[in-house]
Amino acid sequence: MPTRRTFLKAGGCALVAYAAAPRFLLRAARAAETNGKVLVAVFQRGAVDGLSMVMPHGDAGYTGVRPSIGLQPPKRESERAIDLDGFFAFHPALAPLVPLWESQALAVVHACGSPDTTRSHFDAQDYMETGTPGIKSTPDGWLARAVGGRPASATPFRAVAIGSALPRTLQGDVGAISMQSIERFDVRAGSDGSARQGFEALYEQGVRDLLHGTGRETFEAVKMLRSANASRIAPANGADYPRGQLGGALRQIAQLIKANVGLEVAFADMQGWDTHVGQGAERGQLALRFREFGAALAAFAQDLGGKMADVVVLTMSEFGRTVAENGNRGTDHGHATAMLVLGGGVRGGRVYGRWPGLGRHQLFEGRDLAVTTDFRTLFAEVATRHLGAPAAPLFPGFRATQPSLGLFA
Amino acid sequence: MNEVAEGRTARALVWALIGLGILAGCSAPAAGGVGGGEQPVAATPPTSLADDRPIIHALSRLTYGARPGDLERVRAIGLLAWIDRQLRPRTIDDSATQQALAELATLRMPISELLREYPRPDPKLREKMASGETTRQEMQERYPMEKRPVQIAAELQAAKVVRAVTSERQLEEVMVDFWFNHFNVFANKGDLRWYVSAYERDAIRPHALGKFPDLVRATARHPAMLFYLDNWLSARPNFTVPVGPNRGRKAGLNENYARELMELHTLGVDGGYTQKDVTEVARAFTGWTIDRPQTHGRFIFRPGMHDPGEKVVVGQRIAAGGGQEDGERVIEILTRHPSTARFVATKLARRFVSDTPPPALVARVASTYTSTGGDIPAMLRVIFESREFYAEDAYRAKIKKPFEFVASAVRALGGRADAQGGLALARASAEIGEPLYLAQPPTGYADRGEVWVNAGALLARMNFALGLASGRYPHVTVELPALVAGADPSSPAAVLDRLLAAIVADQAGSQTRAVLVAQLSEPQITRLSPDDRGPANTDVAKLAALVIGSPEFQRR
Repeated sequence: MPTRRTFLKAGGCALVAYAAAPRFLLRAARAAETNGKVLVAVFQRGAVDGLSMVMPHGDAGYTGVRPSIGLQPPKRESERAIDLDGFFAFHPALAPLVPLWESQALAVVHACGSPDTTRSHFDAQDYMETGTPGIKSTPDGWLARAVGGRPASATPFRAVAIGSALPRTLQGDVGAISMQSIERFDVRAGSDGSARQGFEALYEQGVRDLLHGTGRETFEAVKMLRSANASRIAPANGADYPRGQLGGALRQIAQLIKANVGLEVAFADMQGWDTHVGQGAERGQLALRFREFGAALAAFAQDLGGKMADVVVLTMSEFGRTVAENGNRGTDHGHATAMLVLGGGVRGGRVYGRWPGLGRHQLFEGRDLAVTTDFRTLFAEVATRHLGAPAAPLFPGFRATQPSLGLFA
Repeated sequence: MNEVAEGRTARALVWALIGLGILAGCSAPAAGGVGGGEQPVAATPPTSLADDRPIIHALSRLTYGARPGDLERVRAIGLLAWIDRQLRPRTIDDSATQQALAELATLRMPISELLREYPRPDPKLREKMASGETTRQEMQERYPMEKRPVQIAAELQAAKVVRAVTSERQLEEVMVDFWFNHFNVFANKGDLRWYVSAYERDAIRPHALGKFPDLVRATARHPAMLFYLDNWLSARPNFTVPVGPNRGRKAGLNENYARELMELHTLGVDGGYTQKDVTEVARAFTGWTIDRPQTHGRFIFRPGMHDPGEKVVVGQRIAAGGGQEDGERVIEILTRHPSTARFVATKLARRFVSDTPPPALVARVASTYTSTGGDIPAMLRVIFESREFYAEDAYRAKIKKPFEFVASAVRALGGRADAQGGLALARASAEIGEPLYLAQPPTGYADRGEVWVNAGALLARMNFALGLASGRYPHVTVELPALVAGADPSSPAAVLDRLLAAIVADQAGSQTRAVLVAQLSEPQITRLSPDDRGPANTDVAKLAALVIGSPEFQRR
């Protein structure tokens, strides 16, 4: 969608505004080439217990190691875990996801994680967001590179994060936008818009740095959002988003998708997964997080309805948690976890990845679920097969040692 | 007197002499004592920055932003003498701030009193309200808003803003913020609601310009940290709670504190520890717990929870049977480790110099850490006397984080906030991305520009600028008339000159100045319609908001 003026988003040389005009025409011409696909990444910050999210009830090693937080094996018509395939089961609080599983819109990738062995939240999140395990100097995020590798497009809304800060994974030269709320994404004072013009002028010209670059993109985005009236778009199909961080973020991402502002990737965070104490089993602290998580994803899919054919939601978390319960009815930092892929052309209704087993000798460092699927294998497959992003710049230095998962037909 | 202390006294004397004599002007309080042997430090900072820029720079880094008149005051005292005084906050009278904080009673209460005075609502009452048995009004009468636990964190937030805006001990406030963030706790986690203000007051503030190992010791045994990182629950394997409401419950090892102690508080993530070290440190701290968390909230060592066996931490043996001393030994080992010196030095240099601090400076600060046993003023002096600090590429190189931006805007406009105003400004900081005392992860808030610069946050900054300059924050006053006193309101250019001098110390770039000058003829600034012929009635508030929202003011 054309805007009054667009600017180069890639950094580098000093450049003044009027020099951007030819670039704008170039971009507008290319905009037609985008395929309308959207990838939504959801980050479960704090390391989700994958063994509670998708419980391996068929593995004998699960029995006994979690005396107070272990889930009971599935049983029909009860509040117990919900069987998926005779071996794995959803946590009972993920019940809203079952219809999506049954209609094969939702897939699980288990024992997924990083080849790096750190148990530091901060480092592991950094590695997962940059897509370069073990390397901290990577300047940009893999999600930004996924967008950057696609044909240029003339919208400031190619990449959006809902939240107060731009996540590491969207940092880079695609000019990703972050916003806490669509509704308040504007200069609020002065009904005549004069203050907005004043601020816009201040960031319009001058040096090419982080502040000016961000400022320019901000005002482009403000104008576009106003004309698209995105905040007025109500949830469709009776979708009922749960209160809380993730529900609010996904509701707004759906608004952006329906407003056709040219969204290609979106990012949402959900906190509260670092369950060191009193994690709970079928009920309790972690169950409440799963309830919000499952309900938010289900509402999003319902809201978008047929549009979900073009949208994939990918969930991730920096690592998993210890197989055995710790001394405080919780779990400490572990290794592999489970990730979900929802929508688009995903061949759902199955659990992907090789199961490493929970036998003592099978555990990573004798305590954690081993990683059998490098998260980059999963992310690359989703980015290339769904978005059509070129594989080359996505994960520098990554040579896949396993075949693709076959998530897409 | 040991060697280190002697060296400090000598140096303090030198600084005092600089303040008194060499740099002329006002007197700096003398530290007293006789000593000598050390070469006097340079009377002027080692810089190529011209004119007042070294002072403007130091003000922007050591304070929450310059107030009107600060530049002149520092010029009169002498920059290095002023820095010296900031490093010794007890010598600075700050009674006005104390007075402003007087109404915030929770700041002075011990935890046990807070637990008593701000009781947790009876959970049954919630049910009774849901069923209609109790009305909202009855609830309000029994638990008035100002007696609810949420009041404690609210008063702490308000106090933080008031101090940042008002205190004369600016560097101390900057360091309290810095160390709280380094040893972060999250005020909304369970019982922490009652502990958080005592944590800042008793564990952080007394040592903010003291010795780093004391900060580690104080935070390690504070109920806030014990609760936040779960160490209060960590016990030897197969421990069974012998008495109390949890009698018969089993407990065991919890690694949370041990890991963050090494990763975030001391060695740094690449500081050379292993998973085995994490487990060993966790074992050493078993038994460090909280005495009756919901009524007393004090540190206690419970020998019954402690794992008495031998531990090996980063290669050093801690013999079996040490009891509470095990934890003290771990702190000693970790705070003496060269990785800790490097880690702390890097963080300080990043805060005060640039997001990518010069390695040579970090090395000098780290070596000062080692030679002084982690003396914080000594490390800061190395930074504030360094060429790197006053280098051209460090000038305005840091992006203000949201709280710094909010406080500096109020200060630039000669503003004041009472406790209620402080709370309003705390909410503004939250809207821009930094809710105070509410960083959930143990990493605290990041100290790198790219984290804070994004579209939504930038708009929030502009909206705050507009609200502040036009006086829309209750209980926050700004002194725009004083700022532009003498400038003819019918001459927008004269008003702009005053504002640029006051708010950005005349350091606006030529582009920004040109844009603002171009704005001056706009009706939004002149308040004239195209047909008006009379003199302009310059909208000072809007012009001030534009300057505060400008790219220049986002930097320090």
